[in-house]
Amino acid sequence: MNKKTHSDELLVIKVRHPALHFLTSLLMTTPLSKFKSDTTESTVDVDHRLWMQAALHGYEDKRGGVETTFGDFEEAKKTAAAIKWEAIENLGTLLESFSDKLESRGTKVCWASNGKEAVDYILQVCRDHGTQKIIKSKCMTTEEIHLNPALQAEGMEVVESDLGEFIVQLREEEPFHFVFPAMHLKRDKISAIFEEKLGTEPSSDPEELTMIARNLMRRKYCEADIGISGANFGVADTGMISITENEGNARLTTSLPKVHIAVMGIEKVIPNMEDLSVLLPLLGTAGAGQWMTAYNSMIGGPRQPGEVDGPEEFHVVLVDNHRTRLLADPEQRDALRCIRCGACLNVCPIFKNIGGHSYGTTYQGPIGSVITPHLRGLQSYKHLSYSSSLCGACTDTCPVKIDLHHHLLRNRRDAVREKGGRMERFCFRQFAQVMSHPKLYRGSEGLMRLGAKLWSPLEGKKADPLKAWTSTRTLPSPAPKSFHRQWREQRGGDS
Amino acid sequence: MSGKQAILGRIREALAHPSHPEVRTLAGNGERDVEKARAFMPPGGETVEERLQNFARLSEVLKVELVLVPDLEAAKESLNAMREVEGWTRIASHHHDLSDRLVTGLQPDLLWTDDQPGIDALERCEVGISVCEALIAQTGSILVTGKGCGGRALSVLPPHHVVLATRDQLLPDLYAGYEHLRKTYGDSLPSFISFITGASRTGDIERILVLGAHGPKRLTVVLIG
Ligand code: SF4
Repeated sequence: MNKKTHSDELLVIKVRHPALHFLTSLLMTTPLSKFKSDTTESTVDVDHRLWMQAALHGYEDKRGGVETTFGDFEEAKKTAAAIKWEAIENLGTLLESFSDKLESRGTKVCWASNGKEAVDYILQVCRDHGTQKIIKSKCMTTEEIHLNPALQAEGMEVVESDLGEFIVQLREEEPFHFVFPAMHLKRDKISAIFEEKLGTEPSSDPEELTMIARNLMRRKYCEADIGISGANFGVADTGMISITENEGNARLTTSLPKVHIAVMGIEKVIPNMEDLSVLLPLLGTAGAGQWMTAYNSMIGGPRQPGEVDGPEEFHVVLVDNHRTRLLADPEQRDALRCIRCGACLNVCPIFKNIGGHSYGTTYQGPIGSVITPHLRGLQSYKHLSYSSSLCGACTDTCPVKIDLHHHLLRNRRDAVREKGGRMERFCFRQFAQVMSHPKLYRGSEGLMRLGAKLWSPLEGKKADPLKAWTSTRTLPSPAPKSFHRQWREQRGGDS
Repeated sequence: MSGKQAILGRIREALAHPSHPEVRTLAGNGERDVEKARAFMPPGGETVEERLQNFARLSEVLKVELVLVPDLEAAKESLNAMREVEGWTRIASHHHDLSDRLVTGLQPDLLWTDDQPGIDALERCEVGISVCEALIAQTGSILVTGKGCGGRALSVLPPHHVVLATRDQLLPDLYAGYEHLRKTYGDSLPSFISFITGASRTGDIERILVLGAHGPKRLTVVLIG
């Protein structure tokens, strides 16, 4: 499929009056209503939208260049998909071997069924060490289980060391994109928040701004009692986590403090270390268009005998948090293969227009729309399955070949099956009847024309039964003569 | 019931229903043969010459300074020159056949991570000089481990990382890198292993590349032979 075809058109979303918008936002609190008001807001700023789209295009363009250096990019994707497929199909066995190996080298492994168990465990470790300062490297799973607020509530200082994460942390907002958390911010905004929160001089030079964070963070690494990281993969046969990053912040976070805690979803496990020889290049290429991300590090325990440094304690927290619920779905469990490369966000026409914050989820974009209903409840998040043009760009681009756009359809189907309106079901049944019987269909044409005539004076009025639909759209009036009829009249014979 | 048993139980239950065949054919019909997949990945090079070419080309893209020297004498000279130009006053390294020969005498006062000098002392060094386990031609990466290359911090804390390597350490691809690790360490792999591909970098501000986000701003490979 041609990449250019499903990228640039702007979605036309009708803008409400700001005052009305404010009032409705006060009344609205469900994920759906919040989604509606947030998307309305984010789509209004056309300049920002175009700017963001250019940035996302940049990742795509770079990726295109790197893809050509592969012997066969499509075949590499297939192998990656097969690796993750095998991992998910053998999840239990692999997790056990992963955990046994880790434990045999002195790592403590915690199996947390939900977010609360994971947070409680981490809090306990922190308390045991009298922790005051924590340095963190990027970890979406900890966002998912709301770890930072829990640690801060106990009076601990938590600093995000990844530059993008640090910026959104200072701004007290959620990451915009799970790979590029601060991609929505221009340098003036970043300079402003540094000035406000860190008291630094304003700057419009990205290098200077980066150095502000670097210098501050250096102290933080050395002072921190505990380092908390995520993991991109868990290697079962060697008992190691693998972390992919560009900045070196994860290496410092996992090397300098006396205690290191890694938090990872149970789906991150893969069979063998050698599998990484396919997965690592794909991870760097798919999302950011890099050859390889700068640091791909494996950690298999605390400091071992004969090693000169490294933490004295290493904990791995395995988080389920409804992943087994997704696993129980034979049609959609393959969504657990996601390696969180971010590529599907970069190409998604919806993400390009509404931006990451509108989703109101830890994982944005197509993959977020697929898995969030499973992790947080189908009915509350079913609207995400509709925020898709079903263009399939996500499925096309996914390096582990997850059938993303079909999963969105499956979510739609399941949401209706579980709790479809009776009226809706009735209507669709009638519709199906009519569509599958030509005689009935022809008979209904006349009815439709009559209905349209009777309805037209009501259009847009209060009493209009179709108001929800017609308030933002115009219903086309039926053609005076159907195609069938014209055919018969002009060509003769029966159709 | 422990958390472990609970999770494993749920996994068993979930997987009792086999995956839907339609999903499998749509999305998961590849073959998991990682060794065969080497052919699908970017090439590493058959001969040492080809590997060197690939490594040099990628070093340029990644802004890694690659210094090719014929022998130890020349390597020593180039280290001396770097010290002069950059004005190194505090140098950190670790004991290894290669580094012992090249770093000793570079300066009267040297910090050896084998003596476990502590984070603060290491942080004050302008340069960390280490050996590596291997170089990967396919990706332009440097393979280091905590055990063989002076610890976890030496190659990431000082603002300049200098890698000492010999030509025979050039491996074609990542796969060969893992093979090499297994051969060298068997079942007791180091607790820390990293593929370093270029200097520390970020593009978090408007996608503009800045080197030295948190780790080294400069990465130099001195390749001997
Ligand atoms: S679903 Fe695929 S494309 Fe999207 S983040 Fe996951 S691995 Fe990447």
